[in-house]
Amino acid sequence: MRNIFTICGKEVRAYFASPVAYLLMALFGLVFGFFFYSATAYFVMEGMRQQMGGGSLSVNEFVVSPLLGNASVVGLFLIPLISMRLFAEEKRTGTIELLLTSPVRDWEIILGKWLGAMVMYLCVIGIAALNVALLFAYGKPDWRPILTGFLGLILQGGCVLAIGTFISTTTRNQIIAGAATFSICLLLWVLSWVSSYNDAGWAQAIAYCSILTHFEPFSKGIIDTKDVVFYISAIFLGLFLTARSLESLRWRA
Amino acid sequence: MIKVEGLTKRYARNVAVKNISFEVGKGEIVGFLGKNGAGKTTTMRVLTCFLPPTAGKASVAGYDVIEQPLDVKKNIGYLPETPPVYPEMEVAQYLAFVAKLKNVPSGDIKKRIDEVCDRTSITSVKDTIIGKLSKGYRQRVGIAQAIIHNPPVLILDEPTSGLDPEQQQHARQLIASLSGDHTIILSTHILSEVEQSCSNVIIINNGEIVAVDSVANLHKRGRATETVSIEVAGATPGEVRQRLEQVPGVARVVAKDAIESASRDGLAAFDVECMENYFLRPDLARAVVQAGWNLMELKTVGESLEEIFLELTRSELTAKAESKTEAKEGAVLTQ
Repeated sequence: MRNIFTICGKEVRAYFASPVAYLLMALFGLVFGFFFYSATAYFVMEGMRQQMGGGSLSVNEFVVSPLLGNASVVGLFLIPLISMRLFAEEKRTGTIELLLTSPVRDWEIILGKWLGAMVMYLCVIGIAALNVALLFAYGKPDWRPILTGFLGLILQGGCVLAIGTFISTTTRNQIIAGAATFSICLLLWVLSWVSSYNDAGWAQAIAYCSILTHFEPFSKGIIDTKDVVFYISAIFLGLFLTARSLESLRWRA
Repeated sequence: MIKVEGLTKRYARNVAVKNISFEVGKGEIVGFLGKNGAGKTTTMRVLTCFLPPTAGKASVAGYDVIEQPLDVKKNIGYLPETPPVYPEMEVAQYLAFVAKLKNVPSGDIKKRIDEVCDRTSITSVKDTIIGKLSKGYRQRVGIAQAIIHNPPVLILDEPTSGLDPEQQQHARQLIASLSGDHTIILSTHILSEVEQSCSNVIIINNGEIVAVDSVANLHKRGRATETVSIEVAGATPGEVRQRLEQVPGVARVVAKDAIESASRDGLAAFDVECMENYFLRPDLARAVVQAGWNLMELKTVGESLEEIFLELTRSELTAKAESKTEAKEGAVLTQ
């Protein structure tokens, strides 16, 4: 356990010792801030129109839910930038030799690094939480769907980070790791389109692998076991592949 | 402390280490000597459990590298060829990180950092970011990192490479000061380093061990016959040669490089090879002086470790060329 926290701490410090952490948070803040502003501005305008007709709009439905969807997409773009350095950098500078010759088990290294990346990711989506928190100052949104939404963001992020961690072990070049992770994220996102033009069983199966379809229920306040299981098994798969890859690194040298 | 038996490491396209065996006793400092690509780094990586061997056995402090890697790693301090430092960390921060990785109890970490900083004289840069340190300091941080958990076995891969002569001297002294408490294997292609700091030498060439011996014994190998370098003024080279050849016990008189002797006016320079068990310096001096010439220089050309090394590795190469199939297998290590 101690080893995991040692490595996790080192990773977090590495993010914050370089401009990476601040840049990612700033970029996310900028993009998400724009989404947030647009969504609320639209909500205010539409809300006034509805009130004249006597009806009312739900903040959760019109602002929070689409915003969380946006956050998850922006996250997909930023996560490769978080995960790409995890192993690629250590391989390039040779510090991987220190880790692999220390009395630490492989899975402790992997879990430590993944957790470190998770902390970085939490800091990024923390910006989204700050934005959403502003809603409470001016209205009464239901906090439960917000909470499940963020749970969904965390699970989805963990799953993409696990895939990114695996890809990072396969190369010593951060750019390759980042680009490959990004492509795979993008692909996993749009896989759901298959089901829109094909009803066959295999198409449904492929669409099921799409990361985003599993996120939607969370943003509406639904915690479905099958989505949680999907994300957690994807995290396990990613970390398992990382362990295999790290082991093969020794045999292939 | 370290035992290697029939170790072979094969990469996809070549064999880096072929069936080597050696042992290192407690407290010894062993120099692992070889040209670049001879298989030094590979052997060290196997000993540190970074790479698994293709065949054969290796054990450190009684633990097998395949069966008990965690125990081996606990007993080893390892400095890879490039010091494994994180440029964005401060020195003390980095050492604390390594100490935690190496299972140093939390309460002792501060004390250990102070100790190793003191020992490797990096106390003055303790709060500097590693990325801003010079190569020499970085190397010392690398050594500090290797000894932070006070391991019984130290494996240092080219600990002095990239340092200037003064820093190299410091590093050697540091390594020498570590002997006693630690069993040390250090690899190098610099011979003087082995002569200065090691008790034993393992010479490796093309993945095979060509010599395992103490430094003193290796020197003796070259010293069976003595060669004396002599410079004489006041006579023509022909006269001098004639006179020297008359001295009993002289096997051969070889004129020194023509360019070299021509550049020094009126000097006749020779290497005099003596027969076995003849030590002729006094006789040669007397011969020159009695002839009325001036003796300018007289010294033994002891065969240096360098020559022994080259000889050992060269003879290995010619043996290789003879059996062509073997030569094709010649291991070129790509790192």
